Amino acid sequence: MSNKKEVDERFKKFGTVSFTSLTKTNDFVTHLEEGKITGTKCRVCGKVFFPPRADCYKCLSSDMEWFNVSGTGKLVTYSKLKFAPVGFEGDVPYSIALLDYGAYKVFGRLAKDVPEEEVTVGMDMKTEVNRLPNGQLNYVFRKA
Amino acid sequence: MGKIAIIGVGQTAFVRNYPGSVRELAFDGFKEALQDAKIKTTDIDASIVCSAPEYDKQRSPAGVLAEYLGLNPQPTFYVESLCSSSSMGLKLAYSLVKSGLHDVVAVVGFQKMSEISSAESQERMGRGADIQWESPFGTMMPAYYAMYARAYMAKYGATSEDLALVRVKAASYGQINEKAVYRKAVTLDMFSKPDDPMSGPVASPLRVGDCCANADGSSCVIVASEEKAKDFCRKPVWIMGLGSATTAVNMAGRDLFTGLSVAQASAEQAYKMAGITPKDIDVAEVHDCFTIAELMAYEALGFARPGEGRDLIRGKETYKEGSIPVNVDGGLLSKGHPIGATGGSQIRTIVLQLRGEAGEMQVKDPEIGLVHNIGGVGLYGNVTILGR
Repeated sequence: MSNKKEVDERFKKFGTVSFTSLTKTNDFVTHLEEGKITGTKCRVCGKVFFPPRADCYKCLSSDMEWFNVSGTGKLVTYSKLKFAPVGFEGDVPYSIALLDYGAYKVFGRLAKDVPEEEVTVGMDMKTEVNRLPNGQLNYVFRKA
Repeated sequence: MGKIAIIGVGQTAFVRNYPGSVRELAFDGFKEALQDAKIKTTDIDASIVCSAPEYDKQRSPAGVLAEYLGLNPQPTFYVESLCSSSSMGLKLAYSLVKSGLHDVVAVVGFQKMSEISSAESQERMGRGADIQWESPFGTMMPAYYAMYARAYMAKYGATSEDLALVRVKAASYGQINEKAVYRKAVTLDMFSKPDDPMSGPVASPLRVGDCCANADGSSCVIVASEEKAKDFCRKPVWIMGLGSATTAVNMAGRDLFTGLSVAQASAEQAYKMAGITPKDIDVAEVHDCFTIAELMAYEALGFARPGEGRDLIRGKETYKEGSIPVNVDGGLLSKGHPIGATGGSQIRTIVLQLRGEAGEMQVKDPEIGLVHNIGGVGLYGNVTILGR
C-alpha cells in the first residue's frame, strides 16, 4: 500500500508533446480515447467553449457539461510547416489549421493523407481523433 | 498635469551573438540614451525593465539591471508583453510621470536571444501561444502568421510577390541603417530562385525572406514631465496618443484572420487620445515580424482600406519618398527583432525622425509619427503616437 495520492495526469497524453499535465478538463483526453472530440457548455448561461474550459467567464459558473464536436466545419486557414519546434522534428512536414463550426472554432492539424492540392480555404472538413506514432493522442481534419 | 515628453533615446546595434552579458548589453543602449538626453543617472527617478523572460537565465532581471545601470536606490518595474514589452513599458512610464509619482523614468528593453538555439527559441516563442490547447500540435510563430497570410491572400487575392515586396523595401533601408543586423539587399528575384535561401519554405505561404531576423540588442527611452523636459532638452518629442488591447491567446477564440483585432483597437484609442486621424501621420514604424504583418498593419492603422494594403507597397507609397513612409529603418525584417528591445527601438526611430536626426533615413520634415508594436501573434497590441 502506498500513501502517495494519485495524480490525474491524463492531459500528458494530448498532442505530440503536452505542456500541461494537470487540468480540470482532463476528461477531454478520456473522450479522445473513446474516439470523441469534446467541448464544454456552461449549464447556467449556455455559453459554448472550444477548446473546453472548466470555468465560464460570462457568468462565473464552473458547472459545465461536455458536448461532442460533430458535423462539419469550414477551413478558415492553414499552414504547412517545413521546420518544427524542439520535440516535433519527427512530425515534419505537417499542417496546422483552423475549422469554423459556427458556434465555435477548432484548432488542430490537417490529416497527413489529405493531398495538399485538394486543400482550399472555405472547404468543408470534419474532425477525427488521431493516434500519433509515439502513442500520444490528438485530432486531425479530413475532407467532409 | 502637463504633457509628457521623450527626452532621450538609445539602442545598441542589433547583432547576432552579442559578445557580452545581458547587463552589459542593456548598459550599451542605456548609455546612448543618457548621452542623447545629456542627463546623469541621478536625474532618473525610476526604471522600467522590459523583456521576454524565457530567453534569460537570470530570474527577475529588473533588480540586476537597476544596479548595473547605476539606478539604485530608485525603484524599478519589470514589464513583459512578449514582443511589445517596451511599448508597454513606455505606457507605464507615461502613467508614472503623468500621475506625478516620478518625473524622469528610463524604459530599458533588452533581449539576448543567441544564448539558445534557433529551434529552442522557436519552441519558446511558440509557448507565447496557448500551451494547453495549441502548442501540443507543434505551433511556432511563423506558422501562426502564415495562417493569417493564407486567410488574407484567400480573401483579398494578395500574392506571395506582394509579401516579398515588403521585404525588398525593408532590406533597402536595412542596408543604410548601421544598427541593423541584416545589411544586405534583397531583390524579388531571390524569392523566385529555388536555390536562393530567401525563397526557402518555412511555413506556407511564408518563406525565409518573409521572416524577421532574430538578434541580440537593447534599447532605452527616457520619459520626462513637461517641466523636466524643458529643463533638460532642446527638442522634446511629446507623447500624444497611447492605445493598447488584448485578445484571445488561442486562434479558436478569435474572429478576424485577415488583420489583428488588437492593432485596430489600439490604433483607434491612440488616434482618439491624440485627436488626429491616419492622414495626419507623417512617418510610421510597424511591427513587421513577418511581411504579412506589415500589410495588415497598413490596414489596421487606416493607411489603407481592408485588402488594399498591397496597393501601398506596390505603389511604393510606404518608401521614404512615398505618401506614408513605413519602417524606413529596415523594420524588424532587416534591422532585427530582439523581442524586449524592439518597441524601444521603434520609438527611437520615430523620435529621431521627428527631430530631423535620422540621417540617410530621414523623411522630409515629419511632425507626427506612429509606432505599432505587437506582442505574440496579435495577443497584445500597442500603438503610440508621437509629435514634436
